[in-house]
Amino acid sequence: MRNIFTICKKEIKSYFSSPVGYLLLTMFALIIGFFFWNVVGYFAIMGARQMQSGGNMNVNEFVIRPLIQNMSVVGLFLIPLITMRLFAEEKRQGTIELLLTSPITDIQMLLGKWLSAVVMYGAMVGFASINFFFLFAYSNPDVKPMLIGLLGLMLQAGALLSIGLFISTTTKNQIIAGATTFGVALLLWTFEWVAGYETAAWAKVMSYLSVMSHFESFTRGVLDTKDAIYYVSLTFLGLFLTARSLESLRWRS
Amino acid sequence: MIRVEGLTKRYAQNLAVDGISFEVERGRIVGFLGPNGAGKTTTMRVLTCFMPPTAGKASVAGFDCVENPQEVKKRIGYLPETPPLYPDMSVNEYLLFVGALKGIPSAELGKRVAEVEERCAVADVKNRLISKLSKGYRQRVGLAQAIIHNPDVLVLDEPTSGLDPRQIMETRDLIKGLAGDHTIILSTHILQEVEAMCEEVIVIAKGKLRAIESLDNLIARGVGAVDIEIEPREGELSFPFVKQVLEKTPGVTRVTQTGEVRNNRVRFEVESQSGHDARGDIARAVVGANLNLNELRSGLEKIYLELTGAPAVAAAPEETSA
Repeated sequence: MRNIFTICKKEIKSYFSSPVGYLLLTMFALIIGFFFWNVVGYFAIMGARQMQSGGNMNVNEFVIRPLIQNMSVVGLFLIPLITMRLFAEEKRQGTIELLLTSPITDIQMLLGKWLSAVVMYGAMVGFASINFFFLFAYSNPDVKPMLIGLLGLMLQAGALLSIGLFISTTTKNQIIAGATTFGVALLLWTFEWVAGYETAAWAKVMSYLSVMSHFESFTRGVLDTKDAIYYVSLTFLGLFLTARSLESLRWRS
Repeated sequence: MIRVEGLTKRYAQNLAVDGISFEVERGRIVGFLGPNGAGKTTTMRVLTCFMPPTAGKASVAGFDCVENPQEVKKRIGYLPETPPLYPDMSVNEYLLFVGALKGIPSAELGKRVAEVEERCAVADVKNRLISKLSKGYRQRVGLAQAIIHNPDVLVLDEPTSGLDPRQIMETRDLIKGLAGDHTIILSTHILQEVEAMCEEVIVIAKGKLRAIESLDNLIARGVGAVDIEIEPREGELSFPFVKQVLEKTPGVTRVTQTGEVRNNRVRFEVESQSGHDARGDIARAVVGANLNLNELRSGLEKIYLELTGAPAVAAAPEETSA
């Protein structure tokens, strides 16, 4: 446990000993801030119109939900930037030799690194979530669906981060790791499109594999175990592949 | 302390290490000598559990490197050829991290880091970023990293490569100072290094074990060939005369001039009957003939070349494991 923590602490420190950590936090907050401003602006105008015709618009439905969906999409672009350095940099610097000859197991090492990536993403989401406080100050949205939405966001990120971690073990080159992770994440995201025009079994499988098709329920504020299990299993798959890749690194190096 | 049996490591195309066996006793300081690409780094990487061998066994302090790597790693300090440093960290941060990684309890960590910083003479730069350090300092930080958990065994891969002469001397002194408490294996392709630091030598070439001997024995083998440099006091003395003086020395069987006469100095390789240390006699004969004896060395180079099987030309290019 201490070993996991040691690695995790080191990684988090290293995000912030270079501009990378600050840049990620700022970019994410900036983009989400802009989206927030837009969504709220739209909501204010549409809400006023609806009031005139006697209707009512829900803040959860029209502000929080699209915002969390947007966070997930923006996260997709930034996740490769979080994970690309985790192993590629160690391999390039030769520090992987230190890690692999220290009395810690591969599992502890990869869990520490994965955890640091999750913390980093969590910090980005947390920082950008300051926006939500304004909603609570001027309105009274439901907390529970929002929290479930954020939980979904973290579960989805955990899965994609584990895949990014795996890809980072396969190369010395951070750019290659980042670009490949981005490609894989984007494909996993868009797999669900096939369900739009095809109903055959393969399309169902493909759509099931998509990280987006499982996100829907979370944004609606519904905690569906089936979807949670999907993300958790994808995370395990990513971490498992990382462990295997580290092992093969020893054999091949 | 260290036991290697029939160690073999095969990479995709080539055989890096081929059935090496040796043993190292506790507290010894052993030189691992061989040309570049001989398999030194590969052997060390197996010993440090960085990678498993293709065949054969390696164990440290009775623990097998494949079956019980965690126990082995606790007892080994390893300095790879390029020190594994994080450029973004300060020396202090780095050593605290490595210390925690090696399992030093948090309560002792600060004290231990201060100790190794003192010992490796990096205390004066402890708050500097590693990326700003000179090569000599980096090497010493690497050494500090290797000894931080006070391991039984130290494995040092070319610890002085790329340093300037002063740094080399300092690093050698530091390593010699560590010898009592630790069993040390250090690899090098430099003979003087072995001569300066080691008690025992393991010579490997092309993945095969060529010799495992105490340094004294190796030198005794080498006294068959002595390398000397002579400078006649008065420039006018003829060099054939110098050669004659050497040839007349008891025990000497053959004298060969090596290289040209430069600055009125000349070098000879003097061979004597095997097992007979002619160094004393040669020195007396040279000085007795009123010649200056500038340098006299046992011909370790010659044994090295013989053992590693390379002719006088540079060793054949070989793959260095990546």
